[in-house]
Amino acid sequence: MDFLNSVFVKPFADMAAAPDFLIQVLWEGMVSGVLYALIALGFVLIYKSSRIFNFAQGIMVVFAALTLVGLHERGVPAWFAVPLTLLVMFFLAVGVERLVLRPLVNQPDLILFMATIGITLFLIGFGETIFGGENKRMITQELGIPTGSFIFEPFGGFVSIEQRDVTAVVGAVVLVVGLLLFLNKSKMGRAIRALGDDHQAALSVGISLSTIWVLVWFIAGIIALVTGIVWGARAGVSFALEVIAYKALPVLMLGGLESVMGAIIGGLMIGVLEKLFEIYWGQPLLGGNTEIWFAYMLALVVLLFRPQGLFGEKIIERV
Amino acid sequence: MLYRVAGQFKTSYKADYALFPVRQDAWLLAFILVLAFVVFPMTANEFMFRALLIPVLIYSLAALGLNILTGYAGQLSLGTGAFMGVGAYACYKLVTIFPEMNIIVAIALSGFFSAGVGVAFGLPSLRIKGFYLAIATLAAQFFLVWLFQKWAWLYNYNTSGAIQVPTIRMFGVAIAGPNATAMAQYYFVLVMVCVITFFAINITRGRIGRVWKSVRDMDIAAELVGINLMKAKLSAFFVSSYIVGIAGALFVFLWRGAAEANLFDIPLSFRVLFIAIIGGLGSILGNYLGAILIVALPVILSTVPRAFGLPISSSMVEHMNVMIIGALIITFLILEPHGLARLWAIVREKLIIWPFPH
Repeated sequence: MDFLNSVFVKPFADMAAAPDFLIQVLWEGMVSGVLYALIALGFVLIYKSSRIFNFAQGIMVVFAALTLVGLHERGVPAWFAVPLTLLVMFFLAVGVERLVLRPLVNQPDLILFMATIGITLFLIGFGETIFGGENKRMITQELGIPTGSFIFEPFGGFVSIEQRDVTAVVGAVVLVVGLLLFLNKSKMGRAIRALGDDHQAALSVGISLSTIWVLVWFIAGIIALVTGIVWGARAGVSFALEVIAYKALPVLMLGGLESVMGAIIGGLMIGVLEKLFEIYWGQPLLGGNTEIWFAYMLALVVLLFRPQGLFGEKIIERV
Repeated sequence: MLYRVAGQFKTSYKADYALFPVRQDAWLLAFILVLAFVVFPMTANEFMFRALLIPVLIYSLAALGLNILTGYAGQLSLGTGAFMGVGAYACYKLVTIFPEMNIIVAIALSGFFSAGVGVAFGLPSLRIKGFYLAIATLAAQFFLVWLFQKWAWLYNYNTSGAIQVPTIRMFGVAIAGPNATAMAQYYFVLVMVCVITFFAINITRGRIGRVWKSVRDMDIAAELVGINLMKAKLSAFFVSSYIVGIAGALFVFLWRGAAEANLFDIPLSFRVLFIAIIGGLGSILGNYLGAILIVALPVILSTVPRAFGLPISSSMVEHMNVMIIGALIITFLILEPHGLARLWAIVREKLIIWPFPH
């Protein structure tokens, strides 16, 4: 009875007793959810257009952030370091397409997946060799991101919202809207979606596979840079950031591997729910640090009922 | 010339599907076994045992377990490290609760624990497939490692949170723990690996193995010809996790000597997956070739700059290693996506018809 009470009653009583704290928790969860959604978006774009499960997305986030900070450390002004980093990400996209994807065209999915793990290791080693492995500070002020915080006092309580988090959310929304416009309205965007629908048909109407792959990996690079700046501002820049890549995977499961909407909604859901679970159930009952697996278990349960995720394409199998 | 098969006639079906249809294969295996059992122990020093021979054997055993699941039954798993952890912690609990238990029995029993956990996390495979399943096995990976940290009973409430292997003797010889010699440990692991490999070869050649392969190639078609998918998939998870669990127990008891929970974290899973894929999915031999490559590479790479006297700091060497291994994995995948075992098969084919081109 005591146990049931602590699982089913007490957490909700706590929530009702301190609504300001609840709002704070929800906000924190939403901010990390936005970041998970951004990383998942990079995955989805690459998966849609090439059926490659790009494990390197998480490391691209770290690599982009590290390049930005590393360039700034070497004396490049902040406003110029951003386009320079984008240039690096572009060359990375070209390099990946030329050296890894092109020779591996038509191989089984698993081989391509392994190749992206190879890319992951390469980028980790490469980044550490050039920029060093220690934790770095993100150049938040230099980029003009406000660092103060808004204070609200709802219900006579206290809620503090960091301005950089607000910037992150606004930036993410702008990025996602821009991306959706690009995918739906521009010629290139249509080509990407065509390639996702049917490879061979797309090739036969003259869509260049390698151009699109470079483009998609470059877009994934841009998303990685934005995510890297935002997350780096919160937690510093080091390869420990790669753990957030593992957070994006359950988001994909939950939302479906092919769905842009799914990535966004799945990311927000997981961000908020894992925070709630950690604060109200994980820490008092399970000894904390449940965030590391909660998202996976949630996704697993959802998958048992919907094997293609919440928004994924229905899997039709033929013999 | 070395592989002249002329004159080796098969006069019965039995002879045709024998383990070694070509006599030279048996000789080659005998030669390798003599190397492993006699030549290596006589020539190797402590460093060779600890840095190369024992880890190669243990990693190839883990990769063998994964290969049964991924290469034979077609179920991609990213949770190998955690299942190794289950084997290791189960073995630790067994030897601390029953100190008089024989170490072989303890290791064999601990395999059943990881097999049970493996089957539990294999249940989703009945509903979900491909990469969705791969991410689902990551759930096992993260959940189990978290459990190893939080459930203090597992490590006997040590303040360090790590498991320490006590000294374990068998027939008066220290096998595990601080007093054991590398030679004794090597022989113990070698015998275990040989026995399990023998069983694995015969399981995968037999009825069960063929059922797994048909599920891998197309599970709906397999179901239509009357194969019970649930039995096939869960038995693959069972056998695979059993072997992986034993590999985990050996990993801690006969090699590392002590372990913390994060030893079984995701890099270990990936390392085993690399071994299985670079060695060749769906092949037993490949696991050994892959393990030799993946274990030996860092050792060789770290000695190269020192041999040339290059002034590179050790952390730099570490970073370069990661980078080079990543590049090599991509190179190997491009050169031969079917792994080292396929390379050996091609060489063997060429040797059989040599000196003729066809």
